[in-house]
This record gives sequence, structure tokens and C-alpha cells, in this order.
Amino acid sequence: MKHLAALVAAVAATFTAGAGICRAADGDPVHGAQIYQRCLACHSLEHNRSGPRHCGLFGRSAASLPDFDYSRAMKASGFTWDEATLDRFLENPLKTVPGTKMAYAGVKKPQERADLIAYLKKATLDPEVCK
Amino acid sequence: MSILTPQAVPATPLVAPVRRSFLSGLGKFTLSATAIALLAGQERLALVGSAEAKTPNNDVAILNAALGAEQEAIAAYQVGANSGLLQKPVLALAVQFQGHHKEHAAALAATVKKLGGTPVEAKKTYTFPVEKLKTQADVLGFAAELEKGAVSAYLGAVPILDDRDLAKVAASILGDEAMHWAVLRNALGQNPVPTAFLS
Ligand code: HEC
Repeated sequence: MKHLAALVAAVAATFTAGAGICRAADGDPVHGAQIYQRCLACHSLEHNRSGPRHCGLFGRSAASLPDFDYSRAMKASGFTWDEATLDRFLENPLKTVPGTKMAYAGVKKPQERADLIAYLKKATLDPEVCK
Repeated sequence: MSILTPQAVPATPLVAPVRRSFLSGLGKFTLSATAIALLAGQERLALVGSAEAKTPNNDVAILNAALGAEQEAIAAYQVGANSGLLQKPVLALAVQFQGHHKEHAAALAATVKKLGGTPVEAKKTYTFPVEKLKTQADVLGFAAELEKGAVSAYLGAVPILDDRDLAKVAASILGDEAMHWAVLRNALGQNPVPTAFLS
């Protein structure tokens, strides 16, 4: 019984440590750049394609680019993009924002998401690309 | 519900106008055997009618997202073909690959219609990094990147398509585009198949 309690505590601790910002802070942006290649069918940093541009993503409200035609679902999501909201959205876009036009299964591995988010955090502020 | 509403593109040299002749050609495709086979399997769904989510994940939206990427690939190959940078055998290859993307697009658009949806339209202009395309290798590298992206996009579509027949079609397109990617890498002198799994 004692063992079980210890196990539960350990599992809980792992989950807490794994949530949101903590994990994203551990992300490797170099590996994240490779993960970002999966997004390149629809996105680029600096231009709208079939998906909206990513420059300036952090701190921006979801669906706030005036020159992109977002789904109603995304407009109604109420998200502001940061590590935690991106982590939730990218894990399973259609489940997190039902009705989103981002028809993509998601990035399922937490470490891959952390790496991707670490990359996005840098790249979306890159003054060379995001003028 | 158009993903590809034409958008104002900043007036930089990045803008690559898609030639009219090419755009007007888009409507003329006859459906390939694949497309017809795919459509034949969709009668049941087509009878359902409306474009709005008949399935939890809205297969129509997923197909439309893929269609948008295909349309962009068609335009990108056109930029490559018009660049004057591609030499004979490579040019023929690019035109052939563009032909595959046209077939994919035609099949996807027909299926979206059959499902009661409205296929997204190709944009009037696409923004490509044309200023970075100075050699044949640049063009091939650019095409390879798009093909790789397309593979990832289909990989992200297959598990969420509710209709198994449509998932199969998406997988078959994925296979074709993975082959394009490998051939382009080979032409660039890169390892054509660098990994055992695609992501
Ligand atoms: C199949 C095309 C497609 C792929 C692949 C794709 N996206 Fe998207 N993405 C979209 C579309 C379309 C939207 C707009 C969604 C809406 O309006 O519902 C979007 C929206 C977003 C948004 C919200 C942006 C905003 O301005 O509010 C983020 C963030 C995002 N995508 C990140 C990613 C990342 C990271 C990846 C790669 C793991 C990715 N996307 C892969 C099509 C795609």
C-alpha cells in the first residue's frame, strides 16, 4: 500500500514537472527546427500560406492576423499563444480547437513539442526573417 | 470556408505570379483512374449531403487542407519550370511531378464536391523564395522541401480521416510524394532515403 502511494506520488510529480512551461523550457531549438519541417506544407514564418504566418506568434491572440481567413472555431478559442497554449494546441489541434481548419493530427511526443516550441520562440522573433 | 482566400501579398520580389494560361488549364483534367475509384467509394457519404462535419473530424476540411498544399505545389513547379534553370532531363521530371500534383488536386477537389463540400480555389499568387533560386540545385532543393512538407501533411491527415477509404487514398498520395522527395534528393546528390521512418 505504501509502495502504491509512493508510486502515485512519483507519477503525479512527473506529470506536474512535465506540464507546460517547465518542459518547454527544456526544449532544444535545433531539434525543434527539424520538427518544424512538418509544418512547412502549410506554414512559413514570414508569409501566410494555407496556414497563417508564424512571425510574432508569442503573445499574440489566436486568429488575430487581419489578413488571414481563420475558422470561426479558432477565432472563438480565446487562446493567447504561449508555451502552454501551443503545447495544448499542437498535441491535438482538432481536439483542442474543434472545427479548426488546421487539419493535422498533431505532434504527439511531449519532447518533440517542447523542442518545436523552443524553436518557434526564437524563430518567430528572428529579425532577419520577421521584419 | 475557404482556406485559400487570395490574400494581399507584400510587394516584395518574393511574389511569383502564377501564369494565367496555367491557371485556366486547371479545370480541364479528366479524372484519373485513382480519382474515379476513390469517388466510387464515396457514394455513401456523398448522399449525406452537406459539407459541415458529418464526421467528428470533418473529412472535407482535411481534404481541402491537402488540396491547398497540392495547388501550391503545382504553382511551385510552374515557377521552377519557368525559371530557365532546369536542364532537359530534370525539367521533364519536374513537369512529370507537377502532373502528379495536378492529378492529386483534381481527385481531391472532385471528392470534396462529391462529399457536398466546396473545394478551395488556388490562390492567384503564391509567395515563394524566388530570390533564393539561382541554380538548378536551388530549385530542386526548394521542390524537395515542399515534397517533404507535403509528406508530413498527409502523415498528419491519414490518422484523423474518419473514412478509411479516404485515409487509404491519402496514404497513396503520400507514397507518391515521398517518391518525388527521394528522387529530388538523389538528383541533388543527397542520400535519397535518409531515414527508415518519415515524420
Ligand atoms: C495541413 C496544413 C497545416 C499543417 C501541416 C500545419 N498547420 Fe498550423 N494552421 C493551419 C491552418 C489552416 C491554420 C488556421 C486554423 C484555423 O483558422 O482554424 C493553422 C493555424 C496554426 C496556428 C494558430 C496561428 C494563429 O495565428 O492564431 C499555429 C500556432 C499553428 N498553426 C502552428 C502549426 C505548427 C507548429 C505546425 C507543425 C507541427 C502546423 N501548424 C502544421 C494549417 C496547417
